[in-house]
Amino acid sequence: MTMKATVQRESQGTTDRTARQEPLAPEVNIFEIKDGYVLEAEMPGVNKAGLEITLEGTEITIVGRRQTEALPGESLFCECSGADYRRVFELDPAIDSSKISAKMEQGILTLTLPKSERVKPRKIAVE
Amino acid sequence: MNSLTRWQRPELAAWASLGRLTDLRDEIDRLFEMPLAGLARGSQLLSVWTPGIDLYEDKDNLYLKAELPGMTREQIEVSLHEGVLSISGERKSESNCPEAEVHRAERFFGRFQRTVTLPAPVSADKVKAQYKDGILTITLPKTEEAKPKQIDVHVS
Repeated sequence: MTMKATVQRESQGTTDRTARQEPLAPEVNIFEIKDGYVLEAEMPGVNKAGLEITLEGTEITIVGRRQTEALPGESLFCECSGADYRRVFELDPAIDSSKISAKMEQGILTLTLPKSERVKPRKIAVE
Repeated sequence: MNSLTRWQRPELAAWASLGRLTDLRDEIDRLFEMPLAGLARGSQLLSVWTPGIDLYEDKDNLYLKAELPGMTREQIEVSLHEGVLSISGERKSESNCPEAEVHRAERFFGRFQRTVTLPAPVSADKVKAQYKDGILTITLPKTEEAKPKQIDVHVS
């Protein structure tokens, strides 16, 4: 009986600690295609409401805040850290920052970063 | 003319920030709290996808939560057999154009499987699973015998 009470108290302490946890860096895939870049970031537990993408100069900061409600009962086994996500990227200057678009689905953020028109190879007609 | 998006080393935030001199006890506490599966995933040496799971219990149900971002319902399989819950599935990478140049590839693709021996018997036909925001939540109601009961004590 005492063991159970101790475990309960411990799990209380753990949930308080979640607030102080360092943000995790989400895992990403970055591809470059002819017209731009595609970035996919894994942030389970985050949806559109908890997502914050900030562009400052050539840096883009992605912050994902988890929206999941805590599960009832006591924790028997806990592998997920429950921390929020944060990662910063330096953008290639060829990217047109006004055309960046984002999509959030099942915990995956897909950022499409098109390159600006003048950077794409263009044929120049000779008169 | 090969400007790539610069390689940003992510802060090793999955680990306790070793550089900071916070309370020694805090650091040790954090080390003990650090789940082993977290270490395995962080190192990427194992090259196997082991999504993290959490298991909770209250008096009526068991709850299992698994982090499985980027999948569809059809790709996830959940099965229960003799008190052992098994979740598995396969995540396929979306085929990009072959000219795509990969700059970072941290995400895992392929099969995964986790099995958990449940600490209490559950009613298999009442199990519910929900997949939202990349998190799979399974609610397993306990059988009547498994629920805690008050026993009246008679004094003769």
